[in-house]
Amino acid sequence: MEITARGLWTLIHGMGFGGLYLLACSGAMVEVGRRYAPSAPGPATADDETFLRIYFVAMAALAWLTVLSGTYIVYPWYRATPPAGTTNLAAYPQRLLMSNPATIGWHSIGMEWKEHVAWLVPIAVTMAMAVFFRYGRRLRNEFALRNAVLGFLFASLFAAGVAGFFGAEIDDRAGVRGGSTIHLMSGAQR
Amino acid sequence: MTAQQNAAAEPVPNGSGAAAVLAAGIGSFTLASLAIAADQIAGVKSAMVFYKPTGPLSGVTTVAVVVWLAVWAILEGLWRKRTVALGSISAAAVALLVLALLLTFPPIADLF
Repeated sequence: MEITARGLWTLIHGMGFGGLYLLACSGAMVEVGRRYAPSAPGPATADDETFLRIYFVAMAALAWLTVLSGTYIVYPWYRATPPAGTTNLAAYPQRLLMSNPATIGWHSIGMEWKEHVAWLVPIAVTMAMAVFFRYGRRLRNEFALRNAVLGFLFASLFAAGVAGFFGAEIDDRAGVRGGSTIHLMSGAQR
Repeated sequence: MTAQQNAAAEPVPNGSGAAAVLAAGIGSFTLASLAIAADQIAGVKSAMVFYKPTGPLSGVTTVAVVVWLAVWAILEGLWRKRTVALGSISAAAVALLVLALLLTFPPIADLF
């Protein structure tokens, strides 16, 4: 059982950082929407506030790690230009997708959307984190601010979902592979 | 009322929150606008190549992040101690965010 170094980085970027962000985002929306609503059953405690602060820091870190690893580690491998005369495009995912009318849309729509929309995520969640650090439990009384934070979090969930969907589909059709091979473990022969 | 509850009940000017929300909207819209410009205008495309292996995406995202943070710092300086019309500012920020989401979608971006 082996994985290539590039495949591992793709996994860390998509399923590690990006996947964890998707999971965390819905949790933050529920917490802000429920605990910091004017109609919440009881006041949010200092412990609740500390918990959500740490949660937002983790989310912002995941969002930044996702876009930075995607843009500066995985994407250059995806868009690498093959030498003239190359017929096997397996190591050049963008060119592989563009070489077939049936798959070109996964690049021209999928990757083109994913590479830009994903960057809205760290902007949105960093803003949400900063607002929460500044206002904390006072968000309960700041309806417009709370709703704006929820709106941006929802948009970040949507953007991360778009990026995740296209990332998974593109990887399925023209995955970023190559580099050194990492041996994970040996399987039993039956 | 405990000291903690008192602290939570003390009014705080909403200017800081408004600055963060509006800056995020402007930053998002800047990102989408720059992405279209880099796609449609050859001069912008080449100017946005800050890191060759990543291409124009490196410049588009770096400039958008710098604009976002600069706008945030300016608005924070202006509004930090003020109470502002948060409802309309939030609405404008969310509108900019929705526009950004739409403008990053290639079939819409290609209309320009």
